[in-house]
Amino acid sequence: MAESTAHAHDEHAHGHHEEGWFQKYFWSTDHKMIGKQYLFTGLFLGVVGAYFAYVFRMQQAFPGKPVPGYGLVTGADYNALITSHGSIMIFWLAMPVLIAAFGNFLIPLMIGCDDMVFPRLNRLSYQIFLLSAIVLAASFFVQGGAFGGAWTSYPPLSAKEEYNLTPLGSSLWLLAVALEFVAFLLGGINFVTTVMNSRAPGMKAFDIPIVIWMIVIASILFMASVGPLIAGAVMLLFDQTIGTGFFDPARGGDPVLWQHLFWFFGHPEVYVVLLPALGIVAEIITTFSRKKLFAYRTVLYTSIATGVLSFFVWAHHQFVAGIDPRMANVFTVTTVLISVPIAEMCFVYIATLYGGQIRFTVPMLWALAFIGEFLIGGVTGIYLGASGTDIYFHDTYFVLAHFHYTFFPIAIIGTFAGLTYWYPKMFGTYMNEGWGKVHFWVTILSFNAVFLPLFVLGAAGDHRRIFDYTNFPELASPEMQAVRVFATLALVVMILVQPIFAVNFFYNMFRGKKAPANPWNANTLEWQAPSPPGHGNFHPLPEVYRGPYEYSVPGRDEDYWPQNSPK
Amino acid sequence: MVRPIATTRSAAGLPTGRLAVWWVIASEIVIFGGLLGSYVMHRLGHPEWADYAAHTNTWAGAFNTFVLLTSSLSAVLAHQAAEKGDGPKAARYLGFTILGGGVFLVVKSFEWTYEITHGFTITANNFWAFYYTAAGIHGVHVIAGMIIMAFIAMDARKNKELQRVELVGLYWHFVDIVWIFLFPLLYIAK
Repeated sequence: MAESTAHAHDEHAHGHHEEGWFQKYFWSTDHKMIGKQYLFTGLFLGVVGAYFAYVFRMQQAFPGKPVPGYGLVTGADYNALITSHGSIMIFWLAMPVLIAAFGNFLIPLMIGCDDMVFPRLNRLSYQIFLLSAIVLAASFFVQGGAFGGAWTSYPPLSAKEEYNLTPLGSSLWLLAVALEFVAFLLGGINFVTTVMNSRAPGMKAFDIPIVIWMIVIASILFMASVGPLIAGAVMLLFDQTIGTGFFDPARGGDPVLWQHLFWFFGHPEVYVVLLPALGIVAEIITTFSRKKLFAYRTVLYTSIATGVLSFFVWAHHQFVAGIDPRMANVFTVTTVLISVPIAEMCFVYIATLYGGQIRFTVPMLWALAFIGEFLIGGVTGIYLGASGTDIYFHDTYFVLAHFHYTFFPIAIIGTFAGLTYWYPKMFGTYMNEGWGKVHFWVTILSFNAVFLPLFVLGAAGDHRRIFDYTNFPELASPEMQAVRVFATLALVVMILVQPIFAVNFFYNMFRGKKAPANPWNANTLEWQAPSPPGHGNFHPLPEVYRGPYEYSVPGRDEDYWPQNSPK
Repeated sequence: MVRPIATTRSAAGLPTGRLAVWWVIASEIVIFGGLLGSYVMHRLGHPEWADYAAHTNTWAGAFNTFVLLTSSLSAVLAHQAAEKGDGPKAARYLGFTILGGGVFLVVKSFEWTYEITHGFTITANNFWAFYYTAAGIHGVHVIAGMIIMAFIAMDARKNKELQRVELVGLYWHFVDIVWIFLFPLLYIAK
């Protein structure tokens, strides 16, 4: 912040420039720049979240030993680290990168217009998001430290400072999350309105690329699910700060109400981040198998069905919270039902690959890995959606491994897939394919080496919230400890190869081989603009004549057919 | 700032501003829906809350309902004037609507002062906690609406951005309708 303020002064000194440093990088209303602001902020916070994971995994593997690069981990530290890791990875990595960064960058380019409908609202959305990240960071430096009550923030632990011992940290956490919601509400309204109203002439509903549909559906899901949690956040904030008793059973309140409000948002939220990732994968798979997307309308209707169903599954997070067993039956059925549309989506992607001319580029590898890894996440979810088995698995590492097999493909694989695919468009240069493949293989293998063992630990009874297993003799056996050490070392390997990507990414941004406008011979409109697109994106603005996936059409010389090409 | 071409397109057949305001209202409905849903669930489980609700001033609430409805009427008249291109007249009607919001807040503050001095504070019990939280969030929306309307009225007086008169009217009707839910839930239901 200090740096930007310094530059703001600098700007005043010679403020008659058309567009100064501050104006261009910090005060821009251009959707591409705002997308990059979201991207870099999100990626930076993702690195912070990964560092936290490293610290608490080291504590798991070598309890009580100082962690290199951190020091001794206390119980309070441990709780704060896992809480912030979860919050950051979902709210400050997956959301800003998958929805806000890709949404901002891609929507105007892929629907063929020059910007978002409300550019200044867009800028405000990023600024509120940045503020939320600063508030979260500030919570680490206040008295009592950062909040340690998990990203779900269940009361009474989160509501009373006698229990959580973080009088300021818990309120700052809540405030940061609430600000983040406001940022994404503003952004979502902008996204939905832009896609509804500003499509290029000729672009009908079924000519919109799937990734854009997915971002729009995700934005609507977010808008429809976050409201009750915003109300709940106000109630919890009042419980924390002025002493109301909304969630305090001793005063007639109901702590389970928070769980309902939280998961009524929290479960659709999974699909809010999943759908954009699925959309990214759809774009990549069609481009690199040179085939039309199998069943475009099915994918679209399926994702809408997923969105609707996602509002009726939330209580599967509460099977052990004392909810009515009859309700548990209902939610078991709806939860198992929601695997149907998701499975259908996987089949559609596999059917798209079938008979295609597959090119194993780096983005294609990521996209294929997404399908394989997400499948493991989906299949293990069935054990948790069924209330009978969930009672055993609840709050074990089995649950943790399950949702990392969903969220890692979404937030990490989806991000790498999208970044490597649109990199030439974003920066006008190529990334290195060879290093990209090295990074891909080591990351994927080490990811599986981290989380497959955790399924085993979870099934053996490892509980999620235990800071030091040496106090639990039946869980601290040498065999189980060896598995923990293995998973931790795999994580260290995964973190160690990420600089390969960082160097590949930043070095080629400045020194990479120049990319043409359409390096992958793709159909969608963004590839018909220059790389990188300048101010206003298209000159002149395009018209659309056909759908986005007309690859390998018989009777044409080229195996692609851009959406804006008259014939 | 130059408006991008994107803002001027309307592929959905609706002006961009109106479309966006409807989405704002949709997201607001879920916020108030979650809050009032929580309140109703609690209320059903706590019949004794009827005794606490008996301490609210139904007549003040009824008067405020009347004031808000009237202010919505002048928002409609402002829209009508704006449609005819009469900016100054639209601005006067908006001024009347702002006045209505002001009267609403003054009545509200007298009510709250009376209740707080008689021991019915936000921490007294969960009925009062909901009472102050729900009415408070609604009050914030009233204040925000008044501020936005003041800016739009200043533009409208110079016949600028007249389409915004309709947009703020939509929002104001929504704030009005929220009150139509709050009034029976917090004041009348005994």
